[in-house]
Amino acid sequence: MTAALGACGGGSDGPAATGDASNVEGVDDGTTLTLWTRAPLEAQANLLVDAYNASHDNQVELTVVPNDDYVAKVGAAAGSGDLPDLFAADVVYLPNWTSAGLFSDITERIGNLDYADQINPAVLDAGTYEDQQYVLPFVLDLSVMFYNKDLYREAGLDPEQGPTTLTEFRDQALAVQALNKPDTYGTYFGGNCGGCGVFTWFPMLWASGEEVLEDDGTTANLASDTAQDVYGIWRDLEDAGAIAPGAADETGATWTAAFQEGQIGVMPYPATLLQTADETVDVGVTAIPGIDGGTSTFVGGDGLGISKDSDTPDQAWNFMQWLMSEDAQVEVLAANNVTPARADFLDNSYATDPRVQLINEVSTAADSQTPIALNFQQAFNAVGSPWSTLFRNQVFGDASTLEADNEAITEALQQ
Amino acid sequence: MATTHSTAPPPTEDGPRRPAVRPRVTRRARARRRQGALYAAPTALFLIVFFVVPVILVFRMSVSDWGLFTGDLGLNAPENFTKALDDRLFWPAVWFTLKYTVVTTVILLGLALAMALVVQESGRWSAFVRTSFLVPSALGLASASLLFYALYSPQASPFNAVLEWTGISEDPVSFLGSPDRALWSTVALVVWRFAGFYMLLLLVGLQSIPGDVYEAARLDGASALQTFRRITLPLLKPSLALCTILCVTGSLLAFDQFYILTKGGPDNSTVTIVQLVYSMAFQGSNDLGRAAALSIVVLGGLIVLNAVQFLGLRGDKDA
Repeated sequence: MTAALGACGGGSDGPAATGDASNVEGVDDGTTLTLWTRAPLEAQANLLVDAYNASHDNQVELTVVPNDDYVAKVGAAAGSGDLPDLFAADVVYLPNWTSAGLFSDITERIGNLDYADQINPAVLDAGTYEDQQYVLPFVLDLSVMFYNKDLYREAGLDPEQGPTTLTEFRDQALAVQALNKPDTYGTYFGGNCGGCGVFTWFPMLWASGEEVLEDDGTTANLASDTAQDVYGIWRDLEDAGAIAPGAADETGATWTAAFQEGQIGVMPYPATLLQTADETVDVGVTAIPGIDGGTSTFVGGDGLGISKDSDTPDQAWNFMQWLMSEDAQVEVLAANNVTPARADFLDNSYATDPRVQLINEVSTAADSQTPIALNFQQAFNAVGSPWSTLFRNQVFGDASTLEADNEAITEALQQ
Repeated sequence: MATTHSTAPPPTEDGPRRPAVRPRVTRRARARRRQGALYAAPTALFLIVFFVVPVILVFRMSVSDWGLFTGDLGLNAPENFTKALDDRLFWPAVWFTLKYTVVTTVILLGLALAMALVVQESGRWSAFVRTSFLVPSALGLASASLLFYALYSPQASPFNAVLEWTGISEDPVSFLGSPDRALWSTVALVVWRFAGFYMLLLLVGLQSIPGDVYEAARLDGASALQTFRRITLPLLKPSLALCTILCVTGSLLAFDQFYILTKGGPDNSTVTIVQLVYSMAFQGSNDLGRAAALSIVVLGGLIVLNAVQFLGLRGDKDA
């Protein structure tokens, strides 16, 4: 395999085949297409692929790769020219992957869609490099605030009214903690998980009107007064003992577990888990607020693109444009409680639960974003990243290192 | 080795007939040499395909600008090496790996020796005890790490219930929460997993010590401690040396247990050198060239260390 890497490594001769970009619907001629995604999206990917295969001559073969191996697997395949026809990428890695030329340019194809302006702009922006577009949204994963209505009732809080400011979030968490019930805590977070912090804390800053990154993702802005207020909220909760034990060691593997076991009062949470959490807990949902109000979400999940190595881009595009259709967005995704990636489908026949409506609305709220930076993984998501050093110091350690910690993130962004 | 020994003596033994015999001996020697080469060939082939070739490829990668996504973009030496050594986590990782290696080796071999001495005598329970010491070795390191991950989890750990019940600690203990605790918790896992294996190696060594040496010592009136220090330890030296080499090399290359248990945390305090290689290649910088450069450095360090250990071992034998 390594020998193949050497032989083909330098070959960046562009896509294997360009196809006919003016063909809006692509080609459905019974071609077998390959599609890779990572394990956290397995359920949604299976639903989409099954629905497509049942209604088309083209057949998609899905390969699901363990989350931690995905980057390595895509990297090896990219080097040897063996990428599948279609593959998904975590939105925060998109700038890095598009700049490395892993995807085919689909600017013209997207431009030909008459509903192009309805597609979730945050994901489209993340998949745009040097004015060329490379991906469409595959599955959205949004962050919202979940709270346990039963615990709210016990604590004398209004079970129909979650926090609308971060101050309320803190006070409500403290009220649940004050119940002094065994195995019951105010809140929880992935204290040793950079990705969790990005997913749940960035919206708090955006909702407070603060930007996280500046200069096209090469400078970190995480030492501002607003940022310090946000860290201060968590520090207060930590000092009061209102964060469930284990938060400081939480690497992200089990950060959603305690809430589902009914042990947590209120915490930022992935919206895709609403159904799962609802089985064990009476879940209340509200948007993630800023210090004095506002709402925001981290528009996460994956973008899907046609790889540079695909020999059948027109057939691959047939899947991509179907993915944006009502059949996929409403009948598959919305029917399974995933937020549609098209604004005109947000209000659909499946969105009867007011909590689902709230989640759908926040996906296109003005302050909802996908952060864009070339070296995002290194600076934020990687184990032991400078970002995780920063927020760990702010919550558990010596908070006076903030400026230096922020500087370290900028350094990683500029590497 | 074997062929030179067997060919040398005959000529000196029967000197007069040397001219007549010589061709026959040489032919036989040649045949033997060929036979030897044939025996060695499969191993050599495996070594070339699975070690020499990969090392050459890694070496080539280490002097190239080789991104995970971009492939080979030409020469980039010595920048790969200087960048790898300048990494903010390089020296902490070296220091931590050495610390972990020393701690693990001392505890593991000490405990394994004690266990071997306990189960050496064939008593009523020795078979049972031996088996129970060995059982953890049947579990893969990754599975064992996952098991301990659950045991150490603040939410699921049964230890915490015990601690609370006995009144030792009211609050749940965070086993991986501080750098020291993370280190010792991982050492506990590794000792649990490997002690039985090293016990077995040492047991074989112990049982190869002839009984009459002990009998002689007893007749001379040696105490138990004297027997252990003057007889058991010196005669066990080859086994101990083997275990040390295995344990040191294994610990220096530690990866799975930290990858699963601590992910290098908290705050990068338990990043081993191999983890650093992994994260350079696949977690963020996605730079195979730099990761390969670091691998070469580690390989060099290991070769030197093993050479020193082997030299020490040979020196002992001569003495």
